Amino acid sequence: MNAPPKAITGPSTFLDDRLGAGNFLKRNLRKVFPDHWSFLLGEIALYSFVILLLTGTFLTFWFKPSMGEVNYLGNYAPLYDVRMSEAYASSLHISFDVRGGLLVRQMHHWAALLFVAGMTAHALRIFFTGAYRKPRELNWLIGVGLLTLALLEGLTGYSLPDDLLSGAGLRITQGVAQSIPIVGTYISFFLFGGEYPGHDVIPRFYTIHILLIPGILLALISAHMILMWVQKHTQMPGKARTEKNVVGAPFYPAFMAKSGAFFLFTFGVIALLGTFAQINPIWLFGPYNPANISAGSQPDWYMGFLEGALRLMPAWEINFLGHTVTFSVLIPALVPMGIIMTGLALYPFLEQWVTGDRREHHVCDRPRNNPHRTSIGISAITFYGILWLLGANDEISANFHIDLYTTTWFGRFAVFIGPAIAYWITYRTCIGLQRKDAEVLSHGVESGVIKRMPNGQYIEVHTPPAEDIAEHIRGKKEIPVLTGSADGDGIPPKGARSAIGRLRTRMSEAYGTDHVPLTDGHHNGHHEEEPAAVGAGERKELH
Amino acid sequence: MIGTGISVNSITARRRHPLARVAVVALALGLLGGGYALAAPNGSTADAAIASGKADDAAEGKSLFVAHCASCHGLNAEGTNKAPTLIGVGAAAVDFQVSSGRMPAADAGPQAPRKPRPDWATDQAIDQLSAYVQSLGGGPTRPTEEQVNPALGDPAKGGELFRANCIQCHNFVGAGGALTYGKYAPPLNPATPTQIYEAMVTGPQAMPVFNDSTITPEQKRDMIAYITHVRSQVDPGGSGLGRIGPVTEGLVAWVVGLSLLILASIWITAKKRRAQA
Repeated sequence: MNAPPKAITGPSTFLDDRLGAGNFLKRNLRKVFPDHWSFLLGEIALYSFVILLLTGTFLTFWFKPSMGEVNYLGNYAPLYDVRMSEAYASSLHISFDVRGGLLVRQMHHWAALLFVAGMTAHALRIFFTGAYRKPRELNWLIGVGLLTLALLEGLTGYSLPDDLLSGAGLRITQGVAQSIPIVGTYISFFLFGGEYPGHDVIPRFYTIHILLIPGILLALISAHMILMWVQKHTQMPGKARTEKNVVGAPFYPAFMAKSGAFFLFTFGVIALLGTFAQINPIWLFGPYNPANISAGSQPDWYMGFLEGALRLMPAWEINFLGHTVTFSVLIPALVPMGIIMTGLALYPFLEQWVTGDRREHHVCDRPRNNPHRTSIGISAITFYGILWLLGANDEISANFHIDLYTTTWFGRFAVFIGPAIAYWITYRTCIGLQRKDAEVLSHGVESGVIKRMPNGQYIEVHTPPAEDIAEHIRGKKEIPVLTGSADGDGIPPKGARSAIGRLRTRMSEAYGTDHVPLTDGHHNGHHEEEPAAVGAGERKELH
Repeated sequence: MIGTGISVNSITARRRHPLARVAVVALALGLLGGGYALAAPNGSTADAAIASGKADDAAEGKSLFVAHCASCHGLNAEGTNKAPTLIGVGAAAVDFQVSSGRMPAADAGPQAPRKPRPDWATDQAIDQLSAYVQSLGGGPTRPTEEQVNPALGDPAKGGELFRANCIQCHNFVGAGGALTYGKYAPPLNPATPTQIYEAMVTGPQAMPVFNDSTITPEQKRDMIAYITHVRSQVDPGGSGLGRIGPVTEGLVAWVVGLSLLILASIWITAKKRRAQA
């Protein structure tokens, strides 16, 4: 092997001596990343964010965050000489008079939709595989924070062009602020600098949208990545995969090439959407005027579940000690968001409390192997999905010819009944899949060979499953269960004596009891990888 | 089989194709049905002969009315428990309802939908019917060509009026929207300028009336100019996705965008490093 030329060794030695970069790179470039397609879902969000920063910077060169009124004198004839805000006029200017402006605007919007969609899919992957468990709870909380901030970032961005649709969203935002008891009016006056809509909200949202939230997002995303790097990525159960190793490809060159290619894929898909699919055609909406509203006014998809909650909520308003409390806005604005976000944030800790599981987990669960967690997740998706669907109930009504109130009443019941049905179906499905797994291990797989016995009986020959499949199935780990039963003297353990303690042990039994233990007669020599050895000692990477 | 031209062998092979029998039956059925449709007596000719009679329009209109409308609206347009009186609705209402195919109504749904006109409802028949209903008690008359000519209107001014008065039901580009109890604001795309004008002055079905003191005839023409301009405009950003706003955008983001990226991630992960040679 030839020595590198001096032109390279010189500067790199210089840097290495001062920064210790060589040692750092040597350690980190060999970092092993496990391979599974679902591990790339977070990268969709990451790369969409990069594209958002690039396209967003382009848009700031021409966008004027001002509510000063002008007469539009640009190229779009149906709005010529119409009075509008400078924000809207400059957005039209970007769309019709800046070279490539419309493409970049559309890419920015598509990237925003995919940013939140990617985050959602990524969060669901983490949830259903239990990858949020110790030691990754803090990174999970950072993720929940990122998702919440992304919704705020989307809301402020949606409002900036000051078109009629964004104004409708702004008006709902103000309504939500006002619905908060006692302080609502003050919050609204503070946010809008006086009476709605005032002249302050667009410049303020602009600062929030391009500086404040992106700054926090960038910091949190960095923390998210660093923690992932330091704690190492989880891996799916499989052959030779233990709690102490990571099986996969090294960061350099394999993972870096794949990840780089995936960035280009993301960029390509967003560019394709930006080219061929029109998004947020602000010129069709017209300038915002608080007196106007369009049929089919909708938020972007990630706000759809709040829109749906607002549409389902019956009119309910009370007067309490001289204060109007508008439950018909307050409940749909806060409760679904609270259930989803608080539920996400608390789940790792609630699960730990119920199972008493304090072990570290680096191998993912297959969703079927923790049926109650999976059922809770699917219930939450159903709850969210029904609200989301009903956020579009006017379009459903108009396009599928269903009476509007029928959709509303359907939603009012489905939002409670749907999650319960989903829970039951998911639970049974998980148990069924576990039984299938157990059968594959104990009886093997059907070979398709029919054999006739000497006595005339026909049997199908079963063959043992392929090794990788068998190891994948054997990766199932038991869920710890708290013991609440009485000891020899008839005294239950200390923690299980109170009402909450009894509830906790009951929940723990329900949550953790394994109804389909794997009966693997041919199992040989894999027990040393089982949880007994977990948590102690140093973890080592496989290179 | 390799070759560019159609050889005898390839024809034979196609004859034996499993779908060949299906194709032959479909062809035979198509020829039979098409031939029947061409040869069958056409009901409209008789009505058209009546409609082109020499008698004055209102009298002809009355006979059309008795034949096609009276069963619901009453023999003298006085109304029944099934349908309202037509005395005073004017020629504009008749022209709007019949030319858009809404009347005669097909069934008693919450709202009569736009549909193809029946064969008897020629332009001339509508003229006669309109003249008859106008003779009963007056009402809004049909607009002149000049009153509805989009080229004479100002689309920008019309757009402001359109946004203030129409879009809360008809959507920002007139794509239509839902109303309560199964009613709906229909899409404006198939409506002719005359029909748009007539709808404003007569307020059909769930729609309110925008008479000439609320919106002047010139303003109505401006609105028609905006509606026709925007609906004929090519979407500059690619496919318009139905022009109904963020619902279809969200659907495309998930179904197209995220699906493509997940396919890409599956493909990328499936690529393994080859064993070192």
